[in-house]
Amino acid sequence: MAVNASFTGRTYPATPPYAVGREKIREFAEAVGADDPVHTDRTHARARGYRDVIAPPTFAVLIAQKCDRQLIADPEAGIDFSRVVHGEQRFVHHRPLTAGDEIVGVLTVDSVRQAGGHAMVTTRSELSTIEGEPVCTAISTIVIRGGE
Amino acid sequence: MSSVVLSVNDVEVGQQLPPHTIHITRADLVQYTGASLDRNRIHWDELFARSVGLPDVIAHGMFTMGSAINIVSDWVGDAGRIVEYATRFIKPVVVPYERGAEVVVTGTVTAVDPQTRRATIELTAMCGADKVLGRAAAVVVLD
Repeated sequence: MAVNASFTGRTYPATPPYAVGREKIREFAEAVGADDPVHTDRTHARARGYRDVIAPPTFAVLIAQKCDRQLIADPEAGIDFSRVVHGEQRFVHHRPLTAGDEIVGVLTVDSVRQAGGHAMVTTRSELSTIEGEPVCTAISTIVIRGGE
Repeated sequence: MSSVVLSVNDVEVGQQLPPHTIHITRADLVQYTGASLDRNRIHWDELFARSVGLPDVIAHGMFTMGSAINIVSDWVGDAGRIVEYATRFIKPVVVPYERGAEVVVTGTVTAVDPQTRRATIELTAMCGADKVLGRAAAVVVLD
């Protein structure tokens, strides 16, 4: 048995704040080839109505993975990380992640199911500012490959 | 305020986005490893990748997802207009040392709502004959 099915519905405490930084956004944008200057040029970002440079659409994974780690590291969950592959990912942006944001994430286990000898776990990370403004919902499905 | 964003009046169902080919080398995967903090060795260590049954180093699914969306950002004119983005990871992108890999990304508008100014774009990402992203779609807010 790869995963503890009783984890469905479980919610973890909010993660410590993640400070969204201008240089981390630049680094991430360069790594995925996102050359929209809204990620790197503050003046440009402000001219489009943003407070500061904004993150590319998949940047939120940096914070969502910190949320997911709580589950993966939970010994009661019984997840063998060496057997984990990423099955599916969804982001819903309530507004773009912006340099200067301090983001906390609350992880909920939406479902745990078995299929074809594998276990599939869907998690939802609700990312919001420390002031409580919702910013992004990141939904991830991981597949834990079955044993021999 | 400089507006570079596409107008809902200029978008219709069936419209094709300009396609883009992503050339992926080992250096790109090392760069993404550092930027994303996903340091799983299957993405940069060939011996390790083979030891867990993979044919070679594979790209991070999130690297492919993160790179594929650029055709939407470029087309809509502002990456901040992407309000939803989802995909399944159906096949790994194998990245050999010598020649790297190529992923061809295309996109088609499948829905436009003039009231909310939202459009849905379905994306395909092909590595050779393999479809690597499944049910990949983004929702954008137009002007």
